Amino acid sequence: MSMTEPTPDGRFGEFGGRYVPESLVAACEELEAAFREAWADPEFLEEFHHTLKHYAGRPSPVTECKQLSKEIGVTVLLKREDLNHTGSHKINNVIGQALLAKRMGKTRLVAETGAGQHGVATATAAALLGMDCIVYMGAVDVGRQELNVFRMKLLGSEVISVESGSKTLKDAVNDAMRHWVATVEDTHYCLGSVMGPHPYPWMVREFHRVIGNEAYQQCMELFGDVPDVIAACVGGGSNAAGIFSGFADTRSELVGIEPAGGAAVARGIPGVVHGMASYLMQDEVGQVMEAESISAGLDYPGIGPEHAYLHSTGRATYENVTDDEVVAAFQLLSKTEGIIPALESAHAIAWIAREERLRGKTVLVNLSGRGDKDVAQMMDILR
Amino acid sequence: MIGSFENRLRARRDSGRKLLVPYITGGLGDDWADCIRAAADAGADAIEIGVPFSDPVMDGPVIQEASVKALEAGATPQSILDEVANLDAGVPLAVMTYYNLAFRAGHARFAASLARAGVAGCILPDLPFVESGPWREAAHEAGVEAILLAAPTTPDHRLSDLCDASEGFVYAVGLLGVTGQRASLSSAATVIAGRCKEVTDKPVLIGVGVSNPEQAHEACQAADGVVVGTAIVRRMLEGAGAEGIGELVGQFRSAIDAG
Repeated sequence: MSMTEPTPDGRFGEFGGRYVPESLVAACEELEAAFREAWADPEFLEEFHHTLKHYAGRPSPVTECKQLSKEIGVTVLLKREDLNHTGSHKINNVIGQALLAKRMGKTRLVAETGAGQHGVATATAAALLGMDCIVYMGAVDVGRQELNVFRMKLLGSEVISVESGSKTLKDAVNDAMRHWVATVEDTHYCLGSVMGPHPYPWMVREFHRVIGNEAYQQCMELFGDVPDVIAACVGGGSNAAGIFSGFADTRSELVGIEPAGGAAVARGIPGVVHGMASYLMQDEVGQVMEAESISAGLDYPGIGPEHAYLHSTGRATYENVTDDEVVAAFQLLSKTEGIIPALESAHAIAWIAREERLRGKTVLVNLSGRGDKDVAQMMDILR
Repeated sequence: MIGSFENRLRARRDSGRKLLVPYITGGLGDDWADCIRAAADAGADAIEIGVPFSDPVMDGPVIQEASVKALEAGATPQSILDEVANLDAGVPLAVMTYYNLAFRAGHARFAASLARAGVAGCILPDLPFVESGPWREAAHEAGVEAILLAAPTTPDHRLSDLCDASEGFVYAVGLLGVTGQRASLSSAATVIAGRCKEVTDKPVLIGVGVSNPEQAHEACQAADGVVVGTAIVRRMLEGAGAEGIGELVGQFRSAIDAG
């Protein structure tokens, strides 16, 4: 089964759609039309890939983890998105959206951020392209990701601490959407994951498809075969969607790893929030529940609609790991390979370290980001 | 009976009266039901009852705060509807909430729960016209009128279908933004109300950003009436009580009645 376009009304199976206030429908339609046109325009593609190569540092390598592989009995390959400019995969999507926004004549970007990686990436693209940028971040995340807050400010962006609700990513999305409702005429909402209203889940996946395309080529060149398993952490699910898209048509098993405290798929309840129908952590009447995860970037009660669809068809499976397993994996990869992973990416490492059935298999992990931003938090936890 | 909400508003509009629909957050404080009665007695033509949702993306800080308070006090859709069922306010009632509550319950079940409580209309601000088909069908079936929002950004080619599909009245969003008080009425308000009135003879009410009696008066020059939310909820949060709410609604009534 391929990861192709959603239906004309933005659906992947029963998931997706465009559940936004009427004020935003026209903007979503305008964005969809602009993306379709740009994505078919060789000049836009050239500019996008040129910027990814010469500014963001693509392609990112695939690294074989010899020591880790020996330690856990699984051949582990890492797709090194941590080596991109700004330290995570987020830059791919942001460069795509910022170039598109500029092409559409928008002068401002608004974004939400959890761990700050998407916020930093958006602030970076805004600086590069000379656009104004405003980033909403939950107050809890502002507290635990101080360095990224400073980075965004250094890059010339305004950071607004969100005090409502659980004060994390979900509430940052709410406030970014409220901001967009009020500024839709000159502002592009630079959404950071494969979520939200159509065309975002599809468009963001397409901007991240480069991860999967590169990884497929690299695996074929290095080993002449695709890996048995592709594993990636999932909050909204953008890095997973990016790498899955390169292997959806192959024999590789696709596995997304959610935090146990934010496992939307494991609970399996469809819901509608933030513009999309998908799986959603919610109570019996439909109030959205607060996710709880050690990692700010995965602290989200929903999941992108295409992941819900891949789960419902069985093409991908979704597992979850606990915070304790993540802390152990964070140290394991650091010590065995000299690579400090982002806490988000450490979820995928935690799963392969735990999963007995992977022994003897080859697993490609999307190492979505580097752990520099998490070092202060980990210092407190490990002390 | 389907159409009762719209018919009541139409009859009043056609008699030359401007329509006033105050918004009250359900479950906010002990006296929210008294506030509804007081608003009705002070000249409201219908009442919009907010059923609080965890992630109200169309609401500004005041209504967000009210929603959080009501949820913390244990308000649920059913607890609010149970109280509404015994209300007998004497004017038509509509519920305003967010789509996930209807989605989670199931359209038919949610619509039936509204109808059982005597609620004749329903507004779901995060369910745009393009996604509203299945809900409108279920609501209609249950005898609940699905009130749709028209935004300043709604293109002409959609506006006429949207107004045709809306039941009860057409809710013209008075500005690009979320609920909350503003220093002056946006010029977008009169423009969208005028555009709606060109394509429909249903009552057209301006809501979002109608902040005080003067602005309500101004809005009624272009529209058939107004929905007033934040100004009222703010007073509820300040502890105005039913008497204070009645007084405030009375001020809005006088302002829009003054030709």
